Amino acid sequence: MYIDESVITYEEKMILALRTLYSSEGYRSYKINKFEEYDLYVRNKDFLVSDGIITFTDTNGKLMALKPDVTLSIVNNNRYEKGKLQKLYYDEKVYRVTPSGNGYRELTQVGLETLGDIDESTESAVIRMAALSLKTIDDTYVLSISHTGLISALLEKMDLSDEQSARVMDYIREKAFHEIETIADCKESKYLPMLEKLIRLPEDTENALYTLKSMDAGETFSSIVYSLEAVLKPLHGLSVRLDCSVPANMRYYNGIVMNGYVKGIPQAILSGGRYDPLMKRIGKQGGAIGFAVYLDLLEGMR
Amino acid sequence: MLRIALPKGRLGERVYDIFASAGYECPELLEGSRKLIFENTKKQVRYFWAKPSDVSIYVERGAADVGVAGKDILLEYKPDVYELSDLRMGVCRMCVAAPNGYTDNINRVLRVATKFPNIARTYYQSQGRDIDIIKLNGSIEIAPIIGLSDVIVDIVETGTTLKENNLSVIETVLPISARLICNKASYQFQRNEIELLRKAIERQDEL
Repeated sequence: MYIDESVITYEEKMILALRTLYSSEGYRSYKINKFEEYDLYVRNKDFLVSDGIITFTDTNGKLMALKPDVTLSIVNNNRYEKGKLQKLYYDEKVYRVTPSGNGYRELTQVGLETLGDIDESTESAVIRMAALSLKTIDDTYVLSISHTGLISALLEKMDLSDEQSARVMDYIREKAFHEIETIADCKESKYLPMLEKLIRLPEDTENALYTLKSMDAGETFSSIVYSLEAVLKPLHGLSVRLDCSVPANMRYYNGIVMNGYVKGIPQAILSGGRYDPLMKRIGKQGGAIGFAVYLDLLEGMR
Repeated sequence: MLRIALPKGRLGERVYDIFASAGYECPELLEGSRKLIFENTKKQVRYFWAKPSDVSIYVERGAADVGVAGKDILLEYKPDVYELSDLRMGVCRMCVAAPNGYTDNINRVLRVATKFPNIARTYYQSQGRDIDIIKLNGSIEIAPIIGLSDVIVDIVETGTTLKENNLSVIETVLPISARLICNKASYQFQRNEIELLRKAIERQDEL
């Protein structure tokens, strides 16, 4: 069988390269051959990247959807096996409203998920896959990692109102330390310098971990830092950074969250994290961690 | 190459001065031509002038790595950018203003004319107040005078415009000032240069 490489598009090449990467590391290809019920997406609306779902009525009268996302399907169809891990990757067409809000479009979402009894080595493996995914696309890349627990633990110590905590979390996401200083109960807080350190963590992972270890923010905080250290240790040589500005919808994500960037693309092309809360919402046992790569953002780059 | 979007006008010129003294000078810029893009290849910096309300779009979309935008624009359009510093320049306030002698009737739905519907909506929502928003693009002060709205939500600097139209500030919504913003991806790859600019601004602020 002869294949002329010139007929392969850039996107197809990327998809094949990522599939090669994932399967070589023992992840199984997951194909979704059916439509999901619209209900699945409505119930988990803010897990989705964008509003607006294309629906149709099935021959049996049920309201179905052209999937806007793959993770929800994988979770919905997952069967937990004690002591086991489901290591999956996918490349699927999803249907979303364009960012400008004008009409729908079809795009390819490539991603990887691991479901089951997740531990630190599992987290490490998935983060490694995320970094290597970025590296496959471009040698100059950055994978930013945050842990929702770090911020929660520190905020808990600060005894702020819900509204103030929400504002602080927004400001951390924006790296706007100067805004945190304007919140009444924060200005005088002895934890203010720690918030500044969280926002301005050094680029280098070792230095960042050192900074975090030097912070006296309680036992919960420290145990998360040590866990992160264990997770990140095997990832030397990869362009992975600790960065608390990675956003997380706490309804679905709890723990490690990540965003990935490649040089020349003005926004994150990879996002993911630990989403045990989503598993729970859908009534599934076990944990889950994964990420998606938005290849459509690479369009026009090459 | 660090690409910087400056808001056209006095604020942009003052910001340029700060960046220039931090080592990102581009003398061509001061020549007063009608050019909009200026580059200093040696210093690896490129500046361009943009309409102040457009700076955040350039930065969000990565056409510029760094820019200066008013907090009003940032709150109204919520671009997905990092906000690194408060320049404490272009200081003014977002206010609710009404005709002199205005009395509020809490039982009526308040008609609010504004250029900033999102800011207005958030503000009144926090007060549990239902409002009818009339989005206008300019000369907002006329609205309550000709009966289009009860009040306006608009930026107030000296208050002269309001005074001349027999309006007065009845509430302050929030303080506004110019902010240093940067593209999130640019920050990952050009962090040192961007942090240098942030520190230059904050040093200037201390003076």
